Amino acid sequence: MAEYKLTTPLTDDDVIQLRAGDVVLLSGVIYSARDAAHKKLCELLETGKAPPFKLQGAVIYYVDPSPAPPDRPIGSAGPTTSYRMDFFAPRVYSYGLKASIGKGKRNGETRKAMRDYKAVYFGAAGGAGALLSSSIVESQVIAFDELGPEAIREMKVKDFPVLVINDAHGGELYAAPDLKAAGAE
Amino acid sequence: MRTIQIKDITEAVADMCMKAGAELPGDVYARLQQAKEKETSPTAREILRQLLENADMAKKTRLPLCQDCGIAVLFVEVGDDVRIEGGNIREAVNAGVRKGYAEGYLRKSVCDPFTRANTGDNTPAVIHFDAVPGDKLRIVFLAKGGGCENMSRVTMLAPAQGWEGVKRFVINRVADAGANPCPPTIVGVGVGGAFDRAAELAEKALTRRLDDIHPNPDIAAKEKELETALNKLGVGPMGLGGETTVLGVKIAAEPCHLACLPLAVNIQCHSHRRKEVVL
Ligand code: SF4
Repeated sequence: MAEYKLTTPLTDDDVIQLRAGDVVLLSGVIYSARDAAHKKLCELLETGKAPPFKLQGAVIYYVDPSPAPPDRPIGSAGPTTSYRMDFFAPRVYSYGLKASIGKGKRNGETRKAMRDYKAVYFGAAGGAGALLSSSIVESQVIAFDELGPEAIREMKVKDFPVLVINDAHGGELYAAPDLKAAGAE
Repeated sequence: MRTIQIKDITEAVADMCMKAGAELPGDVYARLQQAKEKETSPTAREILRQLLENADMAKKTRLPLCQDCGIAVLFVEVGDDVRIEGGNIREAVNAGVRKGYAEGYLRKSVCDPFTRANTGDNTPAVIHFDAVPGDKLRIVFLAKGGGCENMSRVTMLAPAQGWEGVKRFVINRVADAGANPCPPTIVGVGVGGAFDRAAELAEKALTRRLDDIHPNPDIAAKEKELETALNKLGVGPMGLGGETTVLGVKIAAEPCHLACLPLAVNIQCHSHRRKEVVL
Protein backbone atom coordinates (compact mmCIF):
# COMPACT_ATOMS: atom_id res chain seq x y z
CA MET A 1 0.00 0.00 0.00
CA ALA A 2 1.70 3.12 -1.25
CA GLU A 3 0.66 6.71 -0.68
CA TYR A 4 0.50 9.28 -3.47
CA LYS A 5 -0.26 12.96 -3.80
CA LEU A 6 -1.86 13.67 -7.17
CA THR A 7 -3.08 16.85 -8.80
CA THR A 8 -5.85 17.00 -11.41
CA PRO A 9 -6.17 16.73 -14.37
CA LEU A 10 -4.74 13.21 -14.12
CA THR A 11 -2.48 11.74 -16.79
CA ASP A 12 -2.17 8.12 -17.92
CA ASP A 13 1.11 7.93 -15.98
CA ASP A 14 -0.59 9.18 -12.78
CA VAL A 15 -3.16 6.42 -13.05
CA ILE A 16 -1.07 3.48 -14.25
CA GLN A 17 1.20 3.54 -11.20
CA LEU A 18 -1.76 3.08 -8.82
CA ARG A 19 -2.70 -0.30 -7.34
CA ALA A 20 -5.84 -1.32 -5.43
CA GLY A 21 -5.29 -0.44 -1.78
CA ASP A 22 -3.10 2.61 -2.39
CA VAL A 23 -3.96 5.82 -0.56
CA VAL A 24 -4.21 8.99 -2.66
CA LEU A 25 -4.48 12.60 -1.54
CA LEU A 26 -6.12 14.46 -4.41
CA SER A 27 -5.71 18.15 -5.09
CA GLY A 28 -6.97 20.39 -7.86
CA VAL A 29 -10.39 20.56 -9.50
CA ILE A 30 -12.92 17.72 -9.46
CA TYR A 31 -16.54 17.65 -10.64
CA SER A 32 -19.65 16.41 -8.88
CA ALA A 33 -22.24 14.41 -10.80
CA ARG A 34 -24.75 11.74 -9.90
CA ASP A 35 -27.67 9.91 -11.54
CA ALA A 36 -29.57 12.75 -13.23
CA ALA A 37 -26.42 14.67 -14.21
CA HIS A 38 -24.90 11.54 -15.75
CA LYS A 39 -28.03 11.00 -17.82
CA LYS A 40 -27.81 14.56 -19.16
CA LEU A 41 -24.07 14.31 -19.70
CA CYS A 42 -24.51 11.17 -21.79
CA GLU A 43 -27.31 12.80 -23.81
CA LEU A 44 -24.89 15.61 -24.71
CA LEU A 45 -22.15 13.16 -25.68
CA GLU A 46 -24.58 11.08 -27.75
CA THR A 47 -25.66 14.10 -29.81
CA GLY A 48 -22.09 15.25 -30.34
CA LYS A 49 -22.39 18.31 -28.09
CA ALA A 50 -19.62 19.51 -25.80
CA PRO A 51 -19.81 18.40 -22.17
CA PRO A 52 -19.86 21.21 -19.55
CA PHE A 53 -16.27 20.43 -18.52
CA LYS A 54 -13.29 18.76 -20.16
CA LEU A 55 -13.57 15.01 -19.61
CA GLN A 56 -9.98 14.25 -20.66
CA GLY A 57 -8.06 13.67 -17.43
CA ALA A 58 -11.04 14.62 -15.28
CA VAL A 59 -12.14 13.21 -11.93
CA ILE A 60 -15.86 12.88 -11.16
CA TYR A 61 -17.06 12.71 -7.58
CA TYR A 62 -20.42 10.97 -7.05
CA VAL A 63 -21.75 13.41 -4.50
CA ASP A 64 -24.78 15.53 -3.80
CA PRO A 65 -23.79 17.75 -0.87
CA SER A 66 -26.07 19.17 1.79
CA PRO A 67 -26.73 22.95 1.53
CA ALA A 68 -23.75 25.15 2.38
CA PRO A 69 -24.19 27.04 5.65
CA PRO A 70 -23.37 30.76 5.35
CA ASP A 71 -19.82 30.41 6.69
CA ARG A 72 -18.63 27.43 4.59
CA PRO A 73 -17.94 26.75 0.89
CA ILE A 74 -20.02 23.56 0.94
CA GLY A 75 -22.16 21.46 3.25
CA SER A 76 -21.52 17.86 4.18
CA ALA A 77 -20.06 16.07 1.13
CA GLY A 78 -19.43 12.33 1.28
CA PRO A 79 -19.75 9.79 -1.55
CA THR A 80 -23.00 8.29 -2.81
CA THR A 81 -23.38 4.64 -3.90
CA SER A 82 -21.66 4.15 -7.26
CA TYR A 83 -23.55 1.25 -8.89
CA ARG A 84 -26.33 3.62 -9.94
CA MET A 85 -23.80 5.39 -12.19
CA ASP A 86 -22.73 2.12 -13.83
CA PHE A 87 -25.44 2.68 -16.46
CA PHE A 88 -23.38 5.60 -17.75
CA ALA A 89 -19.84 5.16 -16.44
CA PRO A 90 -18.32 3.07 -19.30
CA ARG A 91 -19.35 5.76 -21.79
CA VAL A 92 -17.93 8.57 -19.66
CA TYR A 93 -14.65 6.70 -19.12
CA SER A 94 -14.42 6.23 -22.91
CA TYR A 95 -14.28 10.03 -23.26
CA GLY A 96 -11.15 10.28 -21.13
CA LEU A 97 -12.39 10.36 -17.54
CA LYS A 98 -9.45 9.16 -15.41
CA ALA A 99 -11.15 8.53 -12.09
CA SER A 100 -14.46 8.45 -10.31
CA ILE A 101 -14.95 8.69 -6.54
CA GLY A 102 -17.79 6.92 -4.75
CA LYS A 103 -18.60 3.98 -2.53
CA GLY A 104 -19.57 0.37 -3.23
CA LYS A 105 -18.84 -2.16 -5.94
CA ARG A 106 -18.80 -1.40 -9.70
CA ASN A 107 -20.25 -3.76 -12.31
CA GLY A 108 -18.25 -5.79 -14.85
CA GLU A 109 -18.69 -3.33 -17.71
CA THR A 110 -17.41 -0.42 -15.66
CA ARG A 111 -14.43 -2.44 -14.44
CA LYS A 112 -13.67 -3.41 -18.04
CA ALA A 113 -13.90 0.24 -19.13
CA MET A 114 -11.32 1.16 -16.48
CA ARG A 115 -8.91 -1.43 -17.86
CA ASP A 116 -9.57 -0.47 -21.49
CA TYR A 117 -9.21 3.29 -20.99
CA LYS A 118 -6.58 3.29 -18.20
CA ALA A 119 -8.66 4.70 -15.42
CA VAL A 120 -9.40 4.03 -11.76
CA TYR A 121 -12.17 4.04 -9.18
CA PHE A 122 -11.53 5.63 -5.82
CA GLY A 123 -13.48 5.04 -2.62
CA ALA A 124 -14.02 7.74 -0.02
CA ALA A 125 -15.32 7.03 3.49
CA GLY A 126 -19.10 6.68 3.16
CA GLY A 127 -20.91 8.63 5.83
CA ALA A 128 -17.97 10.88 6.66
CA GLY A 129 -19.43 13.86 4.80
CA ALA A 130 -18.64 16.47 7.42
CA LEU A 131 -15.00 15.39 7.60
CA LEU A 132 -14.57 15.10 3.81
CA SER A 133 -16.06 18.57 3.28
CA SER A 134 -13.06 20.03 5.11
CA SER A 135 -10.88 19.05 2.11
CA ILE A 136 -13.10 21.00 -0.30
CA VAL A 137 -12.01 24.63 -0.43
CA GLU A 138 -14.27 26.02 -3.15
CA SER A 139 -17.44 24.88 -4.85
CA GLN A 140 -19.69 26.33 -7.53
CA VAL A 141 -22.44 25.03 -9.80
CA ILE A 142 -21.29 25.06 -13.43
CA ALA A 143 -24.03 23.16 -15.27
CA PHE A 144 -27.52 21.66 -15.12
CA ASP A 145 -28.70 24.24 -12.60
CA GLU A 146 -32.24 22.95 -13.12
CA LEU A 147 -31.29 19.72 -11.32
CA GLY A 148 -31.08 21.58 -8.00
CA PRO A 149 -28.92 19.64 -5.54
CA GLU A 150 -27.94 17.23 -8.34
CA ALA A 151 -26.42 19.96 -10.56
CA ILE A 152 -22.79 19.62 -11.68
CA ARG A 153 -20.38 21.42 -9.37
CA GLU A 154 -16.78 22.35 -9.90
CA MET A 155 -14.97 21.78 -6.63
CA LYS A 156 -11.46 22.75 -5.66
CA VAL A 157 -9.99 20.15 -3.33
CA LYS A 158 -6.85 20.04 -1.23
CA ASP A 159 -5.49 16.65 -0.13
CA PHE A 160 -8.86 14.96 -0.49
CA PRO A 161 -8.34 11.44 0.98
CA VAL A 162 -9.32 8.46 -1.19
CA LEU A 163 -8.40 4.79 -1.53
CA VAL A 164 -7.87 2.98 -4.83
CA ILE A 165 -10.68 0.40 -5.04
CA ASN A 166 -10.27 -0.60 -8.71
CA ASP A 167 -6.99 0.04 -10.49
CA ALA A 168 -6.32 0.21 -14.24
CA HIS A 169 -4.94 -3.34 -14.26
CA GLY A 170 -8.01 -5.21 -13.05
CA GLY A 171 -7.05 -5.12 -9.35
CA GLU A 172 -9.86 -4.73 -6.81
CA LEU A 173 -9.83 -4.01 -3.10
CA TYR A 174 -13.27 -5.34 -2.10
CA ALA A 175 -13.09 -8.93 -0.91
CA ALA A 176 -15.95 -11.42 -1.29
CA PRO A 177 -17.96 -11.89 1.92
CA ASP A 178 -17.25 -15.16 3.74
CA LEU A 179 -20.68 -16.84 3.79
CA LYS A 180 -19.19 -20.07 5.04
CA ALA A 181 -17.71 -18.47 8.16
CA ALA A 182 -21.07 -16.80 8.81
CA GLY A 183 -22.81 -20.17 8.54
CA ALA A 184 -25.01 -19.33 5.55
CA GLU A 185 -23.41 -21.09 2.64
CA MET B 1 -56.84 14.38 29.93
CA ARG B 2 -53.68 16.28 29.14
CA THR B 3 -53.69 18.87 26.43
CA ILE B 4 -50.77 19.22 24.05
CA GLN B 5 -50.58 22.19 21.73
CA ILE B 6 -50.01 21.42 18.08
CA LYS B 7 -47.26 24.04 17.76
CA ASP B 8 -45.25 22.27 20.47
CA ILE B 9 -45.29 19.12 18.34
CA THR B 10 -43.99 21.04 15.32
CA GLU B 11 -41.22 22.63 17.40
CA ALA B 12 -40.21 19.29 18.94
CA VAL B 13 -40.02 17.59 15.53
CA ALA B 14 -37.98 20.44 14.00
CA ASP B 15 -35.56 20.27 16.91
CA MET B 16 -35.21 16.47 16.59
CA CYS B 17 -34.44 16.69 12.85
CA MET B 18 -31.70 19.26 13.45
CA LYS B 19 -30.12 17.52 16.42
CA ALA B 20 -30.25 14.07 14.84
CA GLY B 21 -28.64 15.45 11.68
CA ALA B 22 -25.52 16.61 13.47
CA GLU B 23 -25.23 14.46 16.61
CA LEU B 24 -24.49 10.76 16.50
CA PRO B 25 -26.31 9.02 19.40
CA GLY B 26 -23.97 8.22 22.31
CA ASP B 27 -24.59 4.46 22.15
CA VAL B 28 -23.63 4.38 18.45
CA TYR B 29 -20.51 6.46 19.08
CA ALA B 30 -19.51 4.09 21.91
CA ARG B 31 -19.96 1.03 19.66
CA LEU B 32 -17.77 2.61 16.97
CA GLN B 33 -15.10 3.26 19.59
CA GLN B 34 -15.25 -0.33 20.87
CA ALA B 35 -15.05 -1.61 17.30
CA LYS B 36 -11.98 0.50 16.61
CA GLU B 37 -10.22 -0.95 19.64
CA LYS B 38 -11.06 -4.49 18.57
CA GLU B 39 -10.14 -4.30 14.88
CA THR B 40 -6.75 -5.66 13.91
CA SER B 41 -6.76 -4.49 10.28
CA PRO B 42 -5.12 -1.05 9.94
CA THR B 43 -7.56 -0.08 7.15
CA ALA B 44 -10.59 -0.95 9.28
CA ARG B 45 -9.16 0.99 12.21
CA GLU B 46 -8.45 4.00 10.01
CA ILE B 47 -12.00 4.04 8.59
CA LEU B 48 -13.49 3.80 12.09
CA ARG B 49 -11.18 6.59 13.22
CA GLN B 50 -12.48 8.75 10.36
CA LEU B 51 -16.09 7.99 11.29
CA LEU B 52 -15.45 9.03 14.90
CA GLU B 53 -13.64 12.18 13.77
CA ASN B 54 -16.57 12.88 11.44
CA ALA B 55 -18.99 12.63 14.37
CA ASP B 56 -16.84 14.97 16.48
CA MET B 57 -16.62 17.45 13.65
CA ALA B 58 -20.35 17.39 12.90
CA LYS B 59 -21.13 18.00 16.55
CA LYS B 60 -18.77 20.96 16.67
CA THR B 61 -19.54 22.59 13.32
CA ARG B 62 -23.22 21.54 13.15
CA LEU B 63 -22.58 20.28 9.62
CA PRO B 64 -24.73 17.21 8.93
CA LEU B 65 -23.02 13.88 9.78
CA CYS B 66 -23.76 12.79 6.24
CA GLN B 67 -24.82 14.78 3.17
CA ASP B 68 -27.72 12.36 2.72
CA CYS B 69 -29.92 13.59 5.54
CA GLY B 70 -32.45 10.95 4.64
CA ILE B 71 -36.17 10.66 4.31
CA ALA B 72 -37.72 11.45 7.71
CA VAL B 73 -39.39 8.49 9.40
CA LEU B 74 -41.35 9.14 12.58
CA PHE B 75 -43.02 6.84 15.05
CA VAL B 76 -45.71 8.75 16.93
CA GLU B 77 -47.32 7.14 19.98
CA VAL B 78 -50.35 9.03 21.23
CA GLY B 79 -51.47 8.32 24.79
CA ASP B 80 -55.18 7.60 25.31
CA ASP B 81 -55.39 10.48 27.75
CA VAL B 82 -53.85 13.06 25.45
CA ARG B 83 -55.89 15.69 23.71
CA ILE B 84 -54.24 17.53 20.85
CA GLU B 85 -55.31 21.12 20.39
CA GLY B 86 -54.89 23.56 17.56
CA GLY B 87 -54.69 21.46 14.42
CA ASN B 88 -53.91 18.18 12.72
CA ILE B 89 -51.08 16.07 14.07
CA ARG B 90 -49.87 14.75 10.69
CA GLU B 91 -49.63 18.31 9.37
CA ALA B 92 -47.83 19.39 12.54
CA VAL B 93 -45.22 16.66 12.15
CA ASN B 94 -44.67 17.51 8.49
CA ALA B 95 -44.37 21.19 9.39
CA GLY B 96 -41.69 20.25 11.90
CA VAL B 97 -39.76 18.26 9.29
CA ARG B 98 -40.02 21.18 6.86
CA LYS B 99 -38.70 23.61 9.47
CA GLY B 100 -35.95 21.36 10.79
CA TYR B 101 -34.57 20.48 7.35
CA ALA B 102 -34.58 24.14 6.26
CA GLU B 103 -33.08 25.65 9.40
CA GLY B 104 -30.59 22.84 9.96
CA TYR B 105 -29.17 23.13 6.41
CA LEU B 106 -30.12 19.50 5.90
CA ARG B 107 -30.39 18.08 2.39
CA LYS B 108 -33.89 17.68 0.99
CA SER B 109 -33.99 14.29 -0.65
CA VAL B 110 -37.70 13.57 -1.19
CA CYS B 111 -39.03 13.51 -4.75
CA ASP B 112 -41.94 12.34 -6.88
CA PRO B 113 -41.43 8.64 -7.68
CA PHE B 114 -42.11 9.06 -11.40
CA THR B 115 -41.12 12.59 -12.44
CA ARG B 116 -38.32 12.61 -9.79
CA ALA B 117 -39.16 16.28 -9.11
CA ASN B 118 -37.93 17.22 -5.63
CA THR B 119 -40.71 18.28 -3.25
CA GLY B 120 -38.28 20.94 -2.02
CA ASP B 121 -38.76 20.58 1.73
CA ASN B 122 -38.15 16.89 2.51
CA THR B 123 -41.85 16.24 3.09
CA PRO B 124 -43.98 14.22 3.19
CA ALA B 125 -42.39 12.33 6.07
CA VAL B 126 -43.18 8.67 6.65
CA ILE B 127 -45.27 8.70 9.81
CA HIS B 128 -46.39 5.66 11.82
CA PHE B 129 -49.09 6.40 14.39
CA ASP B 130 -49.88 4.20 17.33
CA ALA B 131 -52.40 4.47 20.18
CA VAL B 132 -50.95 3.63 23.60
CA PRO B 133 -52.11 3.90 27.22
CA GLY B 134 -51.12 6.96 29.26
CA ASP B 135 -51.06 10.73 28.96
CA LYS B 136 -47.85 11.19 27.01
CA LEU B 137 -46.99 11.76 23.39
CA ARG B 138 -43.79 9.99 22.33
CA ILE B 139 -42.11 10.67 19.00
CA VAL B 140 -39.08 8.82 17.66
CA PHE B 141 -37.33 10.21 14.60
CA LEU B 142 -35.13 8.23 12.23
CA ALA B 143 -33.41 9.57 9.10
CA LYS B 144 -33.17 6.88 6.44
CA GLY B 145 -30.52 7.48 3.81
CA GLY B 146 -30.85 6.12 0.27
CA GLY B 147 -27.70 4.00 0.32
CA CYS B 148 -28.83 1.73 3.14
CA GLU B 149 -32.54 1.96 2.35
CA ASN B 150 -31.86 0.52 -1.13
CA MET B 151 -30.24 -2.54 0.47
CA SER B 152 -33.31 -3.36 2.62
CA ARG B 153 -35.73 -6.14 1.63
CA VAL B 154 -39.05 -7.79 2.46
CA THR B 155 -39.69 -11.45 1.73
CA MET B 156 -42.28 -14.11 2.52
CA LEU B 157 -40.59 -17.29 3.71
CA ALA B 158 -42.30 -20.66 3.99
CA PRO B 159 -43.05 -21.48 7.65
CA ALA B 160 -40.91 -24.63 7.31
CA GLN B 161 -37.83 -22.46 6.73
CA GLY B 162 -38.07 -21.26 10.32
CA TRP B 163 -35.28 -19.50 12.20
CA GLU B 164 -32.62 -21.10 10.00
CA GLY B 165 -34.32 -19.59 6.94
CA VAL B 166 -34.53 -16.20 8.63
CA LYS B 167 -30.86 -16.31 9.51
CA ARG B 168 -29.80 -17.37 6.04
CA PHE B 169 -31.81 -14.57 4.42
CA VAL B 170 -30.46 -11.87 6.73
CA ILE B 171 -26.85 -13.02 6.33
CA ASN B 172 -27.12 -13.16 2.55
CA ARG B 173 -28.73 -9.73 2.47
CA VAL B 174 -25.92 -8.13 4.46
CA ALA B 175 -23.33 -9.99 2.35
CA ASP B 176 -24.90 -8.86 -0.94
CA ALA B 177 -25.23 -5.30 0.31
CA GLY B 178 -21.44 -5.21 0.74
CA ALA B 179 -20.05 -1.70 0.89
CA ASN B 180 -23.21 -0.01 -0.44
CA PRO B 181 -25.04 0.74 2.83
CA CYS B 182 -21.94 2.24 4.53
CA PRO B 183 -20.98 -0.55 6.91
CA PRO B 184 -20.71 -1.04 9.82
CA THR B 185 -24.49 -1.11 9.75
CA ILE B 186 -27.30 -1.70 12.20
CA VAL B 187 -29.70 -4.40 11.07
CA GLY B 188 -33.40 -4.19 11.91
CA VAL B 189 -35.21 -7.50 11.46
CA GLY B 190 -39.02 -7.69 11.40
CA VAL B 191 -40.52 -11.15 11.69
CA GLY B 192 -44.23 -11.98 11.54
CA GLY B 193 -47.26 -9.73 11.29
CA ALA B 194 -48.12 -9.52 7.61
CA PHE B 195 -46.27 -8.38 4.47
CA ASP B 196 -46.55 -4.67 5.33
CA ARG B 197 -46.27 -5.11 9.08
CA ALA B 198 -42.97 -7.00 8.86
CA ALA B 199 -41.41 -3.98 7.17
CA GLU B 200 -42.76 -1.67 9.84
CA LEU B 201 -41.46 -3.97 12.59
CA ALA B 202 -37.99 -4.05 11.04
CA GLU B 203 -37.92 -0.27 10.99
CA LYS B 204 -39.32 0.04 14.48
CA ALA B 205 -36.62 -2.33 15.75
CA LEU B 206 -34.11 0.33 14.73
CA THR B 207 -35.59 2.81 17.20
CA ARG B 208 -34.13 0.80 20.09
CA ARG B 209 -30.80 1.83 21.60
CA LEU B 210 -27.86 -0.38 20.63
CA ASP B 211 -27.12 -1.19 24.26
CA ASP B 212 -30.61 -2.31 25.23
CA ILE B 213 -31.37 -6.00 25.60
CA HIS B 214 -34.59 -7.49 24.24
CA PRO B 215 -36.97 -8.33 27.12
CA ASN B 216 -37.64 -11.77 25.62
CA PRO B 217 -34.49 -13.84 26.38
CA ASP B 218 -35.05 -16.07 23.35
CA ILE B 219 -35.11 -13.09 20.98
CA ALA B 220 -32.18 -11.48 22.82
CA ALA B 221 -30.18 -14.67 22.14
CA LYS B 222 -31.22 -14.65 18.49
CA GLU B 223 -30.03 -11.04 18.14
CA LYS B 224 -26.63 -12.00 19.55
CA GLU B 225 -26.44 -15.10 17.35
CA LEU B 226 -27.11 -13.05 14.21
CA GLU B 227 -24.70 -10.30 15.23
CA THR B 228 -21.89 -12.81 15.76
CA ALA B 229 -22.60 -14.55 12.43
CA LEU B 230 -22.76 -11.26 10.50
CA ASN B 231 -19.47 -10.09 11.94
CA LYS B 232 -17.83 -13.22 10.56
CA LEU B 233 -18.70 -12.17 7.00
CA GLY B 234 -15.61 -9.99 6.85
CA VAL B 235 -17.34 -7.16 4.94
CA GLY B 236 -15.92 -4.71 7.48
CA PRO B 237 -15.97 -0.91 7.66
CA MET B 238 -16.60 0.58 4.21
CA GLY B 239 -16.57 -2.98 2.82
CA LEU B 240 -12.78 -3.15 3.05
CA GLY B 241 -12.60 -6.14 5.37
CA GLY B 242 -12.54 -6.46 9.14
CA GLU B 243 -14.43 -7.80 12.08
CA THR B 244 -17.02 -5.04 12.24
CA THR B 245 -19.69 -5.53 9.60
CA VAL B 246 -22.58 -4.67 11.93
CA LEU B 247 -22.79 -2.62 15.12
CA GLY B 248 -25.90 -4.43 16.24
CA VAL B 249 -28.95 -6.49 15.28
CA LYS B 250 -32.42 -5.64 16.56
CA ILE B 251 -35.35 -8.00 16.08
CA ALA B 252 -39.05 -7.23 16.42
CA ALA B 253 -41.43 -10.19 16.17
CA GLU B 254 -45.21 -10.59 16.18
CA PRO B 255 -47.67 -13.42 15.52
CA CYS B 256 -48.50 -14.00 11.85
CA HIS B 257 -50.82 -16.09 9.63
CA LEU B 258 -50.19 -19.83 10.03
CA ALA B 259 -49.36 -20.19 6.33
CA CYS B 260 -46.82 -17.35 6.31
CA LEU B 261 -43.45 -16.31 7.67
CA PRO B 262 -43.09 -12.64 6.73
CA LEU B 263 -39.57 -11.29 7.07
CA ALA B 264 -38.14 -7.81 6.56
CA VAL B 265 -34.55 -6.67 6.81
CA ASN B 266 -34.05 -2.94 7.26
CA ILE B 267 -30.41 -1.96 6.98
CA GLN B 268 -29.37 1.25 8.66
CA CYS B 269 -25.94 2.77 8.13
CA HIS B 270 -23.52 3.68 10.92
CA SER B 271 -24.79 7.24 10.51
CA HIS B 272 -27.77 6.24 12.64
CA ARG B 273 -29.69 9.49 12.97
CA ARG B 274 -32.13 8.63 15.75
CA LYS B 275 -33.78 10.94 18.25
CA GLU B 276 -36.61 10.64 20.72
CA VAL B 277 -38.85 13.10 22.51
CA VAL B 278 -41.64 12.64 25.05
CA LEU B 279 -44.17 15.46 25.38
S1 SF4 C 1 -25.87 4.98 3.65
FE1 SF4 C 1 -25.98 6.36 5.41
S2 SF4 C 1 -23.90 7.07 5.81
FE2 SF4 C 1 -23.95 6.15 3.78
S3 SF4 C 1 -24.29 7.88 2.40
FE3 SF4 C 1 -26.28 7.00 2.85
S4 SF4 C 1 -27.07 8.12 4.62
FE4 SF4 C 1 -24.87 8.55 4.46
